[in-house]
Amino acid sequence: MVISGAKMVIEALLKEGVEVVFGYPGGAIMQVYDELYKYKGKIKHILTKHEQGAIHAADGYARSSGKVGVAFVTSGPGITNAVTGIATAYTDSVPLVVISGQVPVNAIGTDAFQEIDAVGITRPCTKHNFLVKSVEELPFILKEAFYLARSGRPGPIHIDIPKDVTIKEGKFTYPEKIELKTYRPTLKGNKRAIKRAVEAIASAKRPLFYIGGGAVASGSYKLVRELVKITQIPAVETLMGRGVLRHDCPYLLGMVGMHGSYAANMGMAEADLIISLGARFDDRVTGKLDEFAKNAEIVHIDIDPSQIGKVVETKYPIVGDLKLVLEDMLPLIVEKVTPERYQEWRELVFRYNELHPLTYQDSDEVIKPQWVIERTGELAPDDALITTDVGQHQMWTAQFYPFNFPRQLITSGGLGTMGFGFPASLGVKEAFPDRVVINFTGDGSIMMNIQEILTGTRYKLPVINIILNNNYLGMVRQWQTMFYQDRLSETDLSGEHQPDFVKLAESMGGIGFNVETKEEFDRAFKEALESGKVAFLNVKVDRREDVLPMVPPNSPLKNILVFKEGQE
Amino acid sequence: MRKVIAVIVENEHGVLARVVNMFAARGYNILSLTVAPIPNSDLSRMTIMSEGEPKVFEQIVKQLYKLIPVYKVIESDNFIEKEMAMVKFSLENNLADIDALARCYNGSISNVGEDTIVVSVVDRPVRIDNFLKAIKKFKPIEIVRSGVSVIER
Repeated sequence: MVISGAKMVIEALLKEGVEVVFGYPGGAIMQVYDELYKYKGKIKHILTKHEQGAIHAADGYARSSGKVGVAFVTSGPGITNAVTGIATAYTDSVPLVVISGQVPVNAIGTDAFQEIDAVGITRPCTKHNFLVKSVEELPFILKEAFYLARSGRPGPIHIDIPKDVTIKEGKFTYPEKIELKTYRPTLKGNKRAIKRAVEAIASAKRPLFYIGGGAVASGSYKLVRELVKITQIPAVETLMGRGVLRHDCPYLLGMVGMHGSYAANMGMAEADLIISLGARFDDRVTGKLDEFAKNAEIVHIDIDPSQIGKVVETKYPIVGDLKLVLEDMLPLIVEKVTPERYQEWRELVFRYNELHPLTYQDSDEVIKPQWVIERTGELAPDDALITTDVGQHQMWTAQFYPFNFPRQLITSGGLGTMGFGFPASLGVKEAFPDRVVINFTGDGSIMMNIQEILTGTRYKLPVINIILNNNYLGMVRQWQTMFYQDRLSETDLSGEHQPDFVKLAESMGGIGFNVETKEEFDRAFKEALESGKVAFLNVKVDRREDVLPMVPPNSPLKNILVFKEGQE
Repeated sequence: MRKVIAVIVENEHGVLARVVNMFAARGYNILSLTVAPIPNSDLSRMTIMSEGEPKVFEQIVKQLYKLIPVYKVIESDNFIEKEMAMVKFSLENNLADIDALARCYNGSISNVGEDTIVVSVVDRPVRIDNFLKAIKKFKPIEIVRSGVSVIER
């Protein structure tokens, strides 16, 4: 079949089973959009209001569904606007294929209109990228892009296609399978390494499972749950690993790290064997590195060999897909591990949970942000999907929302991108139109991609935004209070920094509620659910509430602060 | 710590930028870099010399492996290292002395022009350093070093 480069793009998407593309047209990508026009009904396009919104929406779609998210943008400002979205996906290993237009091949390097070195800009924030120099190589590159995005450690792939390449015609045969000499991810774990790790677990006194985003991405949560159930070894989850275990799992100590639970952090500090299941020892988890896991040996299972030993010395490395490794590991565990062995350890760490449970001081005068999260957990169906922006509300959500399954929490963990939550929630709703989708956000974050209300309205993606509004850039304010003697430099968002969220929502076809009491919250949540519109619950919360517990930056985990100063 | 690695890559556009970026992104300076295609293949071989922390190097090597067009990264304590240097002198020098010195370093006079001669030598990088010290008194007009290439013993 001899077809144009633009038609090849669309044909490849159909072959890959892509149902929806998020994007924004422009000069250099016009040919592709023209082809898309001809395929109406076969492939859906969601036109966002900004390229960043398009990438975050594709990201939310990918994270919630496990499929590859696809986005189109134009050259120059189109792709530079997309970069924050691509970097967000890269840091959290989300499979995306982003296709950008480029000026014609012979204009590259001439500072042509809307020309920028796109592959130069996205190189450090993609798993791989391509500049397509001729239409002949396009089919293979398209196939390679999807293969790379979803295989091994997933990640975003960027394809930059000059306009003349989209116009030119070439022979289109889409490869069925692909083999790359230089890229062969290790999937099966080494048998001997697995055996040694199991022996280490069997002979440990104080082992701890440390569950990360890899347990979500590999689709191995059932195996992880079984592993925890069989061994009864206490477990902690990272922000990206939330939901791998059910929130009420009797062996879950909670979230670990800077704003993790007291028990989870003390568990990490006192364990003699930390078993990482797809977690990467991020600095927000380890605290002060010199003091991290001083008495522990490390088992680290990861599909990406570069993660192993990057931060901490690892005695038992296993490179492989977590699902396949656990399939090999479980029979050995059953054979060698007796849960009674860890009884004393279990009692110890769970006493920490009784000593300092994750809690907050509720109030009758003012709504506490944590209450909003907990209450939403009660009001929303069990299968509701949750996105967040970045800041205090994100940590409160991770702490207090009752997560039941992986991919339930969609959040920018690694890059910490404010403005991620709302467009991501639209992508989630597109993937799961029948589920309730809730975006927890702050009065700072929500303004960063507020324009996407229109997208939600236009494509009937009624998500519920719950703004925990404290009239501050709350997380920065908290640090200023704690570490900068309360000098609140540029973090007060009161007065004219605040829009009228009700009018704002209504002006773009949404619905808004100002909430100041618990009763109003319940009522507004119900009305929002029934409205079928993009909804905003602007909840006035306690301005000065801090996220606690907190491991102060660059402190050992055991120095975790549980109370606010002067409080008990 | 000084370190030399060889990187085998697909011979395609952009691959050098990808490899070099691993060093640049960590603020690491590349002391020398040579690239050439590997005969009868679609691969190229890069030899990179840099200086820094062993732990950072370990990470650079792992990240290099992660790059899609990287086929192999070779680290070894057992490399034969060679480098070439070309030096231009004024003809007013004593040619016999220069020639004798060049021979000590596997070299010879490569070209004699109207006003200048060019000498090239091939040797281990440390020996090249020594050679360049030794020829100082002949007041070299221009010095070009090729960068180091390595092969495992």
